[in-house]
Amino acid sequence: MDINALRSISTILVMIAFAGVCWWAFSPKRKKQFEEASNLVFSDDVNTKNNPEGEAGQPESGEERHK
Amino acid sequence: MGSHSVAVEQPAYDFKIVRQFAVMTVIWGVVGMAVGVLIASQLVWPELNDIFQPYTHFGRLRPLHTNAVIFAFGGCALFATSYYVVQRTCQTKLFGGILIPFTFWGWQLVIVLAAITLPMGMTSAKEYAELEWPIDILIALVWVSYAIIFFGTIATRKTSHIYVANWFYGAFIITIAVLHIVNSAFIPVTLTKSYSAYAGAMDAMVQWWYGHNAVGFFLTAGFLGMMYYFVPKQAGRPVYSYQLSIVHFWALISLYIWAGAHHLHYSALPDWAQSLGMVMSLILLAPSWGGMINGIMTLSGAWHKLRTDPTLRFLVVSLSFYGMSTFEGPMMSIKTVNALSHDTDWTIGHVHSGALGWVAMISIGAVYHLLPVLTNRKEMWSVKLVNTHFWLATVGTVLYIASMWVNGITQGLMWRAFNSDGSLTYSFVESVAASYPGYTVRVIGGAMFLLGMLIMTYNMFRTLGAEQPEASQVEDDSSMPQTQTA
Repeated sequence: MDINALRSISTILVMIAFAGVCWWAFSPKRKKQFEEASNLVFSDDVNTKNNPEGEAGQPESGEERHK
Repeated sequence: MGSHSVAVEQPAYDFKIVRQFAVMTVIWGVVGMAVGVLIASQLVWPELNDIFQPYTHFGRLRPLHTNAVIFAFGGCALFATSYYVVQRTCQTKLFGGILIPFTFWGWQLVIVLAAITLPMGMTSAKEYAELEWPIDILIALVWVSYAIIFFGTIATRKTSHIYVANWFYGAFIITIAVLHIVNSAFIPVTLTKSYSAYAGAMDAMVQWWYGHNAVGFFLTAGFLGMMYYFVPKQAGRPVYSYQLSIVHFWALISLYIWAGAHHLHYSALPDWAQSLGMVMSLILLAPSWGGMINGIMTLSGAWHKLRTDPTLRFLVVSLSFYGMSTFEGPMMSIKTVNALSHDTDWTIGHVHSGALGWVAMISIGAVYHLLPVLTNRKEMWSVKLVNTHFWLATVGTVLYIASMWVNGITQGLMWRAFNSDGSLTYSFVESVAASYPGYTVRVIGGAMFLLGMLIMTYNMFRTLGAEQPEASQVEDDSSMPQTQTA
């Protein structure tokens, strides 16, 4: 196998990896999980006393966009 | 905060370290940018080189400026925000015990040593890695401690997910460790002098593999981590697309590592490596803009907040500058464009579009978000001054970038102009004279940015001085973490 074959294979492998990441990220199965994850920014507001932002730090209607 | 206040679902966060780094972010920002304004002034008034020769010569102060703004200002901002974000999104206290204050004091020592050795002319002559080998070893020790603290905190998290901001911070920490250790492979001769372990074009490639990934991971991935926490938090809305953040994360980190060769166009580096660097840089536009779009779209439906919230303005405008400079970068990496832009002030303009517009503005926004939280206040001591700072920073950045564009293109065109007999149309010094007005505008822009930082310092100390009483408990929350049992 010459160097150019290796180069072609690596390009294709990277393409497959990219498609794989896209499939993994956008698969509907994981949608709810990611929605939870994206709300991690706000989820400790209720639990901690180190939270002087009050309502300013609360998510508003973010979930609507995820539906 | 003693253990008495730790209820089951109330994590006792270590905010002391966050506060220390946040304060030093602002202090080092002022110092680094003041040196920047000084060396910009030296290009307008060369007499300023002679304040205290040879220590105040441009060639000695320039690396001091870059080290101070990147590693002191930017570094402290990254430490402060990553320690804050990783605790809050993992809902657990920082891991690492004595290592936590070690990262703070160790990093401050690195900065002080840099400020002493660089004006003395001790340098390894590698751009953005000028510090000599004993300091490099200290950096490596601090960095490994940082990694233990950060990943230890993630390992002991109370949440099931690892929030995307932590992915970016994590990639930044790992990659910087690798880059620093590989590029700082030196053969020491004396305590203050060493030579690179690599030679020739290989040395150049290792240096710019390091150099560009310092941009890609220190100045981009780390600050994207900041963006993914502070933009949603300040806007009060979750990130626009979590899926997009995953895709652009993997694309960004796998592409950036290849782009460094574009710093060596038309050099002794093999041609294929130059072309590879150019192609990878061009593709990099996609994941860069993925991050920018994700950040800006987070505001969809909350745009009205920009009218009243100058902190949010800092964060959003930083994303606009990020989008702009990540478009400009791939364009400048095209070999034919680079033939015009290389070694001109256009490069300096591009760097500052990223450094002032993106890195500094998002850090400033994050610190303005943090300071009230750390002092149990609703907002900064003066929101009005935050707004004044915002306009000074924005106008200052625009003046800086625009003057360097004009200078860069002028220089590039003058250097490549030939007469019909094949001789050069302009001598080098003619291009310097043509750059003079641009240098003056740059000093004005830089001074405006510095003035904004001074206002921020004042506002910060007034905010810290007017701290709410509960904050004293936060202060006691020192570097002694309680054992957290999940």
